Amino acid sequence: MSTVAQKKGFGAVLWDYLTTVDHKKIAKLYIMAGGFFFLLGGIEALLIRIQLAVPDSNFVSAGFFNELLTMHGTTMIFLAAMPLLLGFMNAVMPIQIGARDVAFPFLNALGFWLFFFGGLFLNLSWFLGGAPDAGWTSYASLSLHSEGHGIDFYVLGLQIAGLGTLIGGINFLATIITMRAPGMTYMRMPLFTWTTFVASALILFAFPPLTVGLLLLMFDRIFGTAIFDPALGGNTIIWEHFFWIFGHPEVYILILPAFGIFSEIFSTFSRKRLFGYSSMVFATVLIGFLGFMVWAHHMFTTGLGPIANSIFAVATMAIAVPTGIKIFNWLFTMWGGSLTFPTPMMYAVAFIPSFIMGGVTGVMLGSAPQDYQYHDTYFVVAHFHYVIVGGVVFAVLAGTHYWWPKMFGKMLNDTLGKVTFWLFLIGFHLTFFIQHFLGLMGMPRRVFTFLPNHGWELGNMISSIGAAFMAVAVLIMLYNIVVTSVKGEYVSADPWGDGRTLEWAVASPPAEYNFKQLPLVRGLDALWVEKMQGKKEMTPAEPLGDIHMPNSSILPLIISFGLFVAAFGFLYHPDGVSWSVPVMIIGGIITFGSMTLRSIIDDHGYHIHKEDLMDDDDKKGVEA
Amino acid sequence: MHVEEKLTAETFPAEPEKATLEGKNKFIGFWLFLGGETVLFASLFATYLALNKSHASGPSSQELFELPLAFIMTMILLASSLTSVYSMYHMKNFNFKKMQLWIGLTVLLGASFLALEIYEFNHYVHLGHTITGSAFGSAFYLLVGTHGAHVLFGLCWAIALMVRNSKRGLDLYNAPKYYVFSLYWHFIDVVWVFIFTVVYLMGMVG
Amino acid sequence: MQKKLKEGFDQAMKKWLPNLRLLALFSFMALLLAGCGEPFVSALQPAGEVAKMQFDLMILATLIMVIVIAVVTVIFIITLVKFRRKKGEENKIPKQVEGNHTLEVIWTVIPILLLLVLAIPTVSATFELADVKAMEPDTRDEDAVVVKVTANLYWWEFEYPDHEIVTGQELVVPTDEKVYFELIASDVKHSFWIPAVGGKLDNNTDNVNKFWLEFDSEKTEEAGGLFYGKCAELCGPSHALMDFKVKPLPRAEFDQWVDKMVAAKDAEHVPASDVAKAGEELFTSNGCIACHAVNPGEVRPKPGTGPNLANFGDRSTIAGILEFDKENLKKWLKDPEDVKPGNLMTDTYDHDGLSDQDLDALAEYLMGLKIEE
Repeated sequence: MSTVAQKKGFGAVLWDYLTTVDHKKIAKLYIMAGGFFFLLGGIEALLIRIQLAVPDSNFVSAGFFNELLTMHGTTMIFLAAMPLLLGFMNAVMPIQIGARDVAFPFLNALGFWLFFFGGLFLNLSWFLGGAPDAGWTSYASLSLHSEGHGIDFYVLGLQIAGLGTLIGGINFLATIITMRAPGMTYMRMPLFTWTTFVASALILFAFPPLTVGLLLLMFDRIFGTAIFDPALGGNTIIWEHFFWIFGHPEVYILILPAFGIFSEIFSTFSRKRLFGYSSMVFATVLIGFLGFMVWAHHMFTTGLGPIANSIFAVATMAIAVPTGIKIFNWLFTMWGGSLTFPTPMMYAVAFIPSFIMGGVTGVMLGSAPQDYQYHDTYFVVAHFHYVIVGGVVFAVLAGTHYWWPKMFGKMLNDTLGKVTFWLFLIGFHLTFFIQHFLGLMGMPRRVFTFLPNHGWELGNMISSIGAAFMAVAVLIMLYNIVVTSVKGEYVSADPWGDGRTLEWAVASPPAEYNFKQLPLVRGLDALWVEKMQGKKEMTPAEPLGDIHMPNSSILPLIISFGLFVAAFGFLYHPDGVSWSVPVMIIGGIITFGSMTLRSIIDDHGYHIHKEDLMDDDDKKGVEA
Repeated sequence: MHVEEKLTAETFPAEPEKATLEGKNKFIGFWLFLGGETVLFASLFATYLALNKSHASGPSSQELFELPLAFIMTMILLASSLTSVYSMYHMKNFNFKKMQLWIGLTVLLGASFLALEIYEFNHYVHLGHTITGSAFGSAFYLLVGTHGAHVLFGLCWAIALMVRNSKRGLDLYNAPKYYVFSLYWHFIDVVWVFIFTVVYLMGMVG
Repeated sequence: MQKKLKEGFDQAMKKWLPNLRLLALFSFMALLLAGCGEPFVSALQPAGEVAKMQFDLMILATLIMVIVIAVVTVIFIITLVKFRRKKGEENKIPKQVEGNHTLEVIWTVIPILLLLVLAIPTVSATFELADVKAMEPDTRDEDAVVVKVTANLYWWEFEYPDHEIVTGQELVVPTDEKVYFELIASDVKHSFWIPAVGGKLDNNTDNVNKFWLEFDSEKTEEAGGLFYGKCAELCGPSHALMDFKVKPLPRAEFDQWVDKMVAAKDAEHVPASDVAKAGEELFTSNGCIACHAVNPGEVRPKPGTGPNLANFGDRSTIAGILEFDKENLKKWLKDPEDVKPGNLMTDTYDHDGLSDQDLDALAEYLMGLKIEE
């Protein structure tokens, strides 16, 4: 098998991507799918803002609005933000640690396809009787009450997608633990790898409570159990606990990789190592740990009592400390450096004040008595959009520009990037800043309309105008991507010139096997260390030899498809149709049958022979 | 070490499950997975503890649980964990036939456990303790039933391993697979110990 | 040339960006202090002890946060301006600084101290706001007013257990004293919120929640005598329209209102005119009486029923959201689904079968249901 890229037909390329187990291709799949769902979520947001631009509007109906808000949140968090971040983690982390792939390439593909089919299933609800309408939080009494199958789509779709995420988390953890290149100690790993590591640990421990919550809700709705039914002794608050025991770590799962991306960008474009690396690592771990201790700050008004509320309030405020440490470390990374401002750095710089604003409102929300006013109002909506858009979305846009050349071999247009940046920044602040005030002026959240004469007209109009700016910004980004793909020029391994970490030591895009020879890591910022010694490339840690590669497989797709099929059986079961159980069984056979096939068929991968490696260009990977 | 290499008792490594990169990855990966499973079962236990007094019009836990059956089931499952320990001992000593034998015994014991559990659930249903009848019923069957489903999955897994590898013998490709199964089986056993304590013992005391 | 312009533009914007933010922030503070929004629904114009405590905490928190943001902004601006790569510095490698122990200690310790300043009043207020001893059986203050609030799709019931009277949609309370609330929901989770008067507490289906609010007489007057209440937990399509109103009265007047309600339990309501009488007949023949009691002592089982209408004629809104007049009442009766999508009254009677004359009669009858003269 040659390592030189071949000119393939469309069918061949499609099959390649459907069966790939290569982390770099899986990353592209995640980014494409995540990007698509981001657009979908964005359209849902636009519709929401159009409806709320004026009071007493009936642009959309009340019921449809509740579906829009539910799907906007669910799509953005589960189907856009997480996959996009997982995409970057897949594309970059293995190379940053000097590995050739992740620990479990087959499972990596499975994780993607589970997410894909879960997201597909969830969105089919739009066409099959209505989307879920109880908010992305789907609180138990309302979600049990909700008629139609919307909530069932939510429960089943997220369960499938969630399994994929869990698999991804385990994969990244194992990879980082066992597959670091020689010399790459834990304290020499780039910050993005560290944040991948901690976020993956959060995934491992936060997703099971969601899994259980969804399981219980599924059983109550589809099989008539009584977990959340007060009439038979059940309790709806149990759902709230499970959801937030998952939900709070979830937001750290989102923000930590974003922090990691910015750490790389600040460092690269200041030409300086990250200030306070050890503290940054420690702060990341502490944030991850504390993230599990604060969930009930989402439940301050549920009636848990003053002792519980006080404990969670203080714990919540504590998380501000490691987060603040990070902000100062980033600032001092830039201090004394030599700063340039291409598009990724623009996002990084704008992130600091934007995220801080979100962060301080977070501390305010954490003070329980204040939260009694803020909770379930537009103040909360403002807060979380500030941290998610100002943090995660900016990071994704920054990371897209930063790593696009590495993944695709071409640079996105910087001027267009900056136009997107400014439009998006202005729109973002226009939309969300005023929402702090709307909440304080008495506007609850999740309202399909608002009545006149409350003093909310101006704020809502401004908020809606901002949405238009963001929409245009995103369209320009899409145009940028298309134009670059068609016209752009190919770039070198280190197109930014100041790459410090290992991904910039390999070709753009990298060879299938990443490194011809695994590199020897001699310090933090492994490539920078070599550069400062006048070397152009990494020192190899092994002689040139055969490289073992995993085989592609269609089974991950089929396994996921089986669950997708079975889900329909579950969905329509309460309707009493005759085919529900047979469909569950057929889906089960497809899934478990494929899993059995995978287990009993030997798969030893294949080898790329030494001789073929020596034929390749010097540019691909490290020489003997 | 090449994965398909034909080894002997002398050349077989001391820790065959970790002798290859794939083995190391499986080892770490599975422990991580068990960490997640621990949180999963902890969540089910929490639900059970919140709802175990809410038996609506059905029987309460004191009225329902009987020590003899629960004790026998516990002993059977603990014994099956012991047999899986023996199988791993034989694996490390490169004794394929004995390893298969002890896994087979593990499967038999596991199947007996499941049979008794099915009998038990059937008995409870006749006494009016159903999954839809009360919050207690729902929480009970979801917790204990999830455990039972894990046991069933484990049995299918073990049988598949035994059948698939019966002609091949032991090598560094399948050693990690057997090892990982034994980890899983021990985990299932530990969960059962908690179920026995929290559900049955504490349930009988009230 | 173009490149230079672009670079210049970038650098200039880089410089002004943080200033814009600073400006935005101070406007935020100013607006906050000025107290914006409408006095009957804004948390920034506290009209009672609870809202005031919460507002004061908000100000404290904002002050602390502004200090933090100011410090960060200053460092931020200086950094961006001072260290940007200048002409001729293309190959400059800056000193690679590992860290600075002193700085790291400072920016760990100071935030902890600042948070302590916020945490202590937070915990103190949390306990104070949870003090409902006066409504508990062992420590009951007989004089204290207790209201049982049942939240339903999409209406609110207010029961006064001490006096065995009940009303809906409009909460009448005494001013200048603590009023205690018991909250429950009959169908799905809701949340009871009077923004100008204090934070919210959820109405759960599983348990009763308790808290207290206080309604300041002066602020009530400034707000026009009526506060707006909102449902603050997504409960279905008309969650946005599940408003209630609050009418605080001086204690003496409140007591009079209670007395009138109690007296009306035994009094027979006689419709004032023939039209109203016809309305009363329609009220019975269409089955309205099955869900809506007109005696202020009758608490109907929930869910599945509607607000008590004994003092409907005294209320300030129709269905909690429409201005109280005959046209709106007829509109509500003619097509409830249009006013509150998903409400549970829609399918209980034949609204198309009601002629304009019927609607007039019903409206006349309903608006005549008063306990105030």
